[in-house]
Amino acid sequence: MPYETDYTNQGFTKVGTRVNRPDGVDKVTGRAKYGADANAAGQLVGRVLRSPHAHALITKIDTSKAEKLPGVKAVLTGKDFPDLTGGNRGLMDILENCMARGRALYDGHAVAAVAAIDADTANKALKLIKVTYKQLAHVTDVDEAIKPGAPIIHDWVRTAGVTPAPTTASNVAQRSEFGHGDVDAGLAQADVIIEKSFKTEQTHQGYIEPHACLATLGPDGSGELWVTTQGHFTFRNVCASLLGLEVAKLKVTSSEIGGGFGGKTHVWTEPVALQLSRKANRPVKLVMSRDEVFRATGPTSSTSVDVKIGAKRNGKITAATAELRYQSGAFPGMWAMFGAMTSFACYDLKNVKSVGFDVLVNRPKVAAYRAPSAPMAAFAVESVVDMLAAELGMDAVDFRIKNAAKKGTKASYGPVYGPIGIGPTLDAVKNHPHMKRKLGKNQGRGVACGFWFNFGGQTCTDLNIGVDGSVNLTVGTVDVGGSRASLALIAAEELGIDYEQVRVTIGDTNSLGHNDTTEGSRGTFSSGMATIFAARNAVDVLKQRAAATWDIPVEQVIWEAGEARAKGRQNNNLPPLSLKEIAAKSPRTGGPIAGHNEVVADGAGVSFASHMCDVEVDPETGATKILRYTVVQDAGKAIHPDYVEGQFQGGAAQGIGWALNEEYIYGDDGRLQNAGFLDYRIPVCSDLPFIDTQILEIPNPNHPYGVRGVGETSIVPPLAAIGNAVSNAVGVRMTHVPMSPPRILNAIETAKE
Amino acid sequence: MNGVTVSAKVNGDAVQYVCPADESLLDVLRNRLNLTGVKEGCGTGDCGACSITLDGRLVCSCLVLGAEAEGREIGTVEGLSEGGKLHPLQEEFIEKAALQCGICTPGFLVAAKSLLERNPNPTEEEIRYALAGNLCRCTGYDKIVRAVQSAAKIMRRGKKVAR
Repeated sequence: MPYETDYTNQGFTKVGTRVNRPDGVDKVTGRAKYGADANAAGQLVGRVLRSPHAHALITKIDTSKAEKLPGVKAVLTGKDFPDLTGGNRGLMDILENCMARGRALYDGHAVAAVAAIDADTANKALKLIKVTYKQLAHVTDVDEAIKPGAPIIHDWVRTAGVTPAPTTASNVAQRSEFGHGDVDAGLAQADVIIEKSFKTEQTHQGYIEPHACLATLGPDGSGELWVTTQGHFTFRNVCASLLGLEVAKLKVTSSEIGGGFGGKTHVWTEPVALQLSRKANRPVKLVMSRDEVFRATGPTSSTSVDVKIGAKRNGKITAATAELRYQSGAFPGMWAMFGAMTSFACYDLKNVKSVGFDVLVNRPKVAAYRAPSAPMAAFAVESVVDMLAAELGMDAVDFRIKNAAKKGTKASYGPVYGPIGIGPTLDAVKNHPHMKRKLGKNQGRGVACGFWFNFGGQTCTDLNIGVDGSVNLTVGTVDVGGSRASLALIAAEELGIDYEQVRVTIGDTNSLGHNDTTEGSRGTFSSGMATIFAARNAVDVLKQRAAATWDIPVEQVIWEAGEARAKGRQNNNLPPLSLKEIAAKSPRTGGPIAGHNEVVADGAGVSFASHMCDVEVDPETGATKILRYTVVQDAGKAIHPDYVEGQFQGGAAQGIGWALNEEYIYGDDGRLQNAGFLDYRIPVCSDLPFIDTQILEIPNPNHPYGVRGVGETSIVPPLAAIGNAVSNAVGVRMTHVPMSPPRILNAIETAKE
Repeated sequence: MNGVTVSAKVNGDAVQYVCPADESLLDVLRNRLNLTGVKEGCGTGDCGACSITLDGRLVCSCLVLGAEAEGREIGTVEGLSEGGKLHPLQEEFIEKAALQCGICTPGFLVAAKSLLERNPNPTEEEIRYALAGNLCRCTGYDKIVRAVQSAAKIMRRGKKVAR
């Protein structure tokens, strides 16, 4: 096969097996401790008061009655957070989002907070805080926000990325452009051109565990934070900066995390909890309600995208272009930039241009959501790709194969690809039994591709060998879905010992050097890489100890199958020393045996997936049922196949919810109308079929085992795959996600007229 | 605030607690009885993370008042394993990788146990509908359904051997 590399036939004995996760028992017995499961002596209950208005001046906050209520120990408003950001606008955005500074920017924006002896008292105190608002004009729709005369969210925002630099305020925070070649010339060569506009609505990560923390901060500036987070080191840095603390004096421990998907990469209430604790000089536990999670944490963008692609009769694309408008909530983001970068990444294009516009609206500050921004761009592009194939009379998969990017392709966002998996995933789709299933009445099939960059980042890992030969691996990435098992497999593989001999711990911020947030599908990629190097470090020590024990030069010692072996005929009388034997003697041969690694894990391999989906649409109700769903994705190397499949299935399920049902619904008053799981309905068990998976392994040459991130790409194709399937089932092109029953009925009706 | 004194049984053990009349059973279990295996995902009965049994009936503990538990038997995830032996559902959830983050797992286990007590041999569809009140955002439910199918099979076999 053309994508074979040197890494393909590595002989693994542990990696690739389906072992039981080491934290399984804790998690099936209720013992695992999540964000809201920790308590401290003397703790108070923290609560946040939130704006009911989409946009309003806060002319006055009277907290006097709340402060006098017995049992209330601290009350905070924006005034209690002095500006320590040193002119760093990004930090100021975070601070202002945590607590409004004179202006409420969205429904749910925090305006005050209290800490009291119990929940009842805290709730009463919130009701006693009198906030005087002067309502301002608001805008929540991405297209409305860029129209002339739209209410301006921030008067200091000038559109970045435009020359000459604008002199007036705009809701467009940033314009970003990617591509190469000459799109106009390419389109002129095309026999067929399809141009279409698409919209997607705002969705939330929908993790089942609300944000929760237990914060302790004393008058000496020393503190501790127990928190559900994807990045405890990042939380430490941000909280320290906002509150004027020394980084080393704030210990942050990541609890077990009840889902994040990008939403727990940012601080929301943690600086508030710490500041409440400092003011009251008591620990403060702050747990968000589900309503707060929806209204005041970071969902993903709603978008509006125009795509134009031209192709020759022979099926070769001559040019592709897109304009993508993504709202980032009430603060500037980079989400349209990601959309522009990912939009055409699957294809080998001579002439391509994508332009992103990041747009401010009166909605919560957008955060990352699993391959952030890629699913919306893929929905638009992959829909047009299907339309183009149909117009050319070509099979949609063959058309994609003909235009797929490959090794050596200059990606639309700049770099030249190494070995990649888009072609192989499409080949697998073409040959998959799913594609041969016969479709019935009102049924349709859709295929779509997806891409995500993946990320490596700063990583620091410790591996300590106990005197009994058991191994403690301490990592600084959090375990969002089974990575402890994968990392233990990697350590066992390197050391040549049993998987059960390794125990993986997620270290707190005072136990390890900095680790970047667990995002960009980097957990197993980067901590896996650091684990390999730390283990090889430890093996060097083990070999030295064996050499010292035998009194031979260390060059004559090799490490094989979990034991030190003496090379050379002169050493034939020396029986091998196992890791256990060397560990037992370690107190007398130089002390503890450890391996350590700190690395910037560069070279996260890009990841591609192709999905197939069969749906049935009820023409009476507009309801769509997913009949069959199959994910094919390149994992580079699947360390633990169960949890790789789990990522594929979970991403697909989230994408299905987004495609068919999930959306933030705002009223004309700018208030969120469905801030709960009853009205913001994520897929339930009876909505879905089994989700088939096929793991491909096109090794990433930048990782010792060939690993690529696997967590995010799986959410990229579903919107488009289902969009294509529904369009095929009803005979009308769907252009607006979610394809809820009313939207489908409306599309059918409109087509009839 | 008027406290209500309540006597109940939790996982077979007699307990007594005092709680405000308007406090949910979920808060009682978590904050007064330290049974933090019972999770809160929404507080409005939509997610099932706080699933427990009350006199054998599956309920969301966030929709029950602590005061309502007087004289009743409560079952939580903490009561699933017997001594050092995990329940077959717990075993199969680990074996089949049916959890990723694990926050919904206690609720799923309690709901699945309740299903298998009523219906030891459920079809895939019956499992999916029985568990439709429990939200999972990580797995797409695939491996959860497989784990329940597998545990059901093991439990049926176990019953035959016992006879």
